[in-house]
Amino acid sequence: MQKPLISLKNVKKYFPVGSGLFGKRDRWVKAVDGVSLDIYPGETVGLVGESGCGKSTIGRMVVGLTNPTEGEIYFEDIKLTDYRSKKKLGKNLQMIFQDPYSSLNPRMTIADIIQEPLVLHKIGTKKERRKRVDELLERVGLASHYGGRYPNQFSGGQRQRIGIARALVLEPKLIVCDEPVSALDVSIQAQILNLLKEIQEDMGLSYLFIAHGIQAIKHISDKVAVMYLGKMAEFAKTEELFNNPRHPYTKALLSAVPEPDPKLRNRERILLKGDLPSPSNPPMGCRFHTRCPMAMEKCKEMEPRLLSTSEQSMTACLLYKDKIAT
Amino acid sequence: MTSKEEWPLLEVKNLHASISTTKGNIIPVNSISYSIKPGEIVALVGESGSGKSVSALSIMRLNAPEIKYKSGSVINYKGKNLLELKEKEMRRLRGNEISMIFQDPMFSLNPVHRIGKQIAETVKLHRKVTPKEAKDIVLDLLKKVGIPDPERRMSNYPHQLSGGMRQRVMIAMALACQPTLLIADEPTTALDVTIQAQILTLIRNLQEETGISVLLITHDLGVVAEIADRVLVMYCGKIVEEGTVDELFENPLHPYTKGLMASVPELSEHSKRRLETIPGSVPNPLELPKGCNFCDRCPYASEECGEKEPVLTKASAESDRQVACWYPLGKKGEINHYAKTSNFS
Ligand SMILES: Nc1ncnc2c1ncn2[C@@H]1O[C@H](COP(=O)(O)OP(=O)(O)OP(=O)(O)O)[C@@H](O)[C@H]1O
Ligand SMILES: Nc1ncnc2c1ncn2[C@@H]1O[C@H](COP(=O)(O)OP(=O)(O)OP(=O)(O)O)[C@@H](O)[C@H]1O
Ligand SMILES: [Mg+2]
Ligand SMILES: [Mg+2]
Repeated sequence: MQKPLISLKNVKKYFPVGSGLFGKRDRWVKAVDGVSLDIYPGETVGLVGESGCGKSTIGRMVVGLTNPTEGEIYFEDIKLTDYRSKKKLGKNLQMIFQDPYSSLNPRMTIADIIQEPLVLHKIGTKKERRKRVDELLERVGLASHYGGRYPNQFSGGQRQRIGIARALVLEPKLIVCDEPVSALDVSIQAQILNLLKEIQEDMGLSYLFIAHGIQAIKHISDKVAVMYLGKMAEFAKTEELFNNPRHPYTKALLSAVPEPDPKLRNRERILLKGDLPSPSNPPMGCRFHTRCPMAMEKCKEMEPRLLSTSEQSMTACLLYKDKIAT
Repeated sequence: MTSKEEWPLLEVKNLHASISTTKGNIIPVNSISYSIKPGEIVALVGESGSGKSVSALSIMRLNAPEIKYKSGSVINYKGKNLLELKEKEMRRLRGNEISMIFQDPMFSLNPVHRIGKQIAETVKLHRKVTPKEAKDIVLDLLKKVGIPDPERRMSNYPHQLSGGMRQRVMIAMALACQPTLLIADEPTTALDVTIQAQILTLIRNLQEETGISVLLITHDLGVVAEIADRVLVMYCGKIVEEGTVDELFENPLHPYTKGLMASVPELSEHSKRRLETIPGSVPNPLELPKGCNFCDRCPYASEECGEKEPVLTKASAESDRQVACWYPLGKKGEINHYAKTSNFS
């Protein structure tokens, strides 16, 4: 059997809140509260969920920008949590950010931005680096003579291409894409999604793809993880998740997606009431019970575990029983 | 004679806005005309930079001072040209009969006042109410836009709210004065789909209950399909297509509209096809292509398209559909050479 490229094992990330100079750190934002996830070579895992549910925090932990409070992350069986392994393996793990406007240093030329990781890792001669930059510019659909220009001379879509070229320069095995298309026009979104797919086919890398846009997630992902308030609500093969969503939160999420077809206007929708509860004080029992249209009495006390609900899906909901284990 | 109800509430005629920069003239809005009837939800769509916000801000007369209107530009609201109104009269209309949800939330929220107070001020400005009544109205509005625990939230400052909540407070504020016309510039872009659905339902219910008219600006075609009655498609400062929402989604006439639609991955679709894209990107406003501004991205463009500019003309005898294209698309989305508009002659 194939081994996962990246493996998160019961990962938690707590941020202290309201800790002043002598602050007692007794209140925490449980941004990520026990998430396990495997990503295999060459596959794309989509990550969705309401704003603030911990998606970016997971992405940042995977690429080593921040450490888990608890739990472990493995890269090809090597534990990533200590500094030395991170330094050695870090180049395999790259990230593309949401905002193509602020994530590129305005005072650096495009070529310098793209080759910066090579310089930092002391890879190649000046000439070799320059050649690599030219190749990458062409790879992401920009002319190589653009290398001498500055970011403000490019549109949003072009800047996102530059961000992608930069993420590719070290030939990583996994790229975390944090909302890579949300800030772009639909037409440009499509160009970038196609580009990401082509690159994946060429180079066989994996993506952790974080997005609000459910359509984009569906389009690009092999598997999808749905998060709610720091926990995984459902994890399934993309087809399975969309054809047969199980968790009531997933159902609500999918039914809320606006369909670009006026004929579907009067379809049935599950409207969620209320707001996302505070992650520093999540509800007891199932975290979704305060907004769940299917909530039962026991949901207020019992916290559901993520169980296999079919060969291709796992759900954390008391409505379901473990199908595989028993 | 048409009945009074059919009269446009808002009638924009030849609205033309320009900005002179050191590098040349930018024309963010280039002679556009459209109207909005009472109770109608009209969507304005188009890519970033196509002039949506500038044209909406013109109605409020809130554009940056460097943006100048060409003489002959008309924005009739209930028969009065807003562009010629005295600032004092304009102020009375603004936030009283016409209110706007801005693309940038910080444009309309004051960071140093509690949100409850801000909304109450708006209410008091437009209605004679006691402080107690004002408070009840505010609570009711916050509830309507889906702010949980409104009693407590009223005493928050804007920075204590999440982005999505701030946007909802803005929506509450825009509704506080019971406007006749609501202009909503990307009101749900920063929101999650679940909250977006709540807000869209709210706007539609309001429209049904109070009959307000809405000009909705968005680049999300899903949102358009959910809520709009009629759609205006903008490209490089011009309206290139207009039609009812059903007509437009059923059969886009302009290749640009079709391209926008094809770029959206559909949820109901199974195949993992490569997404269709519109090649290239929106042209630099200082170097607009000659002829049809879309011609260098258009798969159907002929030589003529690069020479002569098509104007917005009626596309069929039966309906009010309009398109600005030399080769509007046929029913099956192919170009229809026979339908080559009379534009050329
Ligand atoms: N450095 C930090 N210090 C304190 N709290 C933080 C920090 N980073 C994130 N958080 C909190 O952790 C939670 C999860 O944040 P995260 O950015 O992962 O959410 P997200 O799912 O990416 O949301 P969005 O969709 O809005 O980007 C939020 O409540 C956030 O306020
Ligand atoms: N104050 C200004 N000075 C110079 N140029 C401006 C100014 N305001 C707008 N523009 C330009 O006018 C054009 C139209 O801008 P507008 O904000 O109306 O676009 P939009 O369609 O709302 O785009 P978006 O979807 O990004 O909000 C753009 O090219 C923009 O750069
Ligand atoms: Mg995030
Ligand atoms: Mg705008």
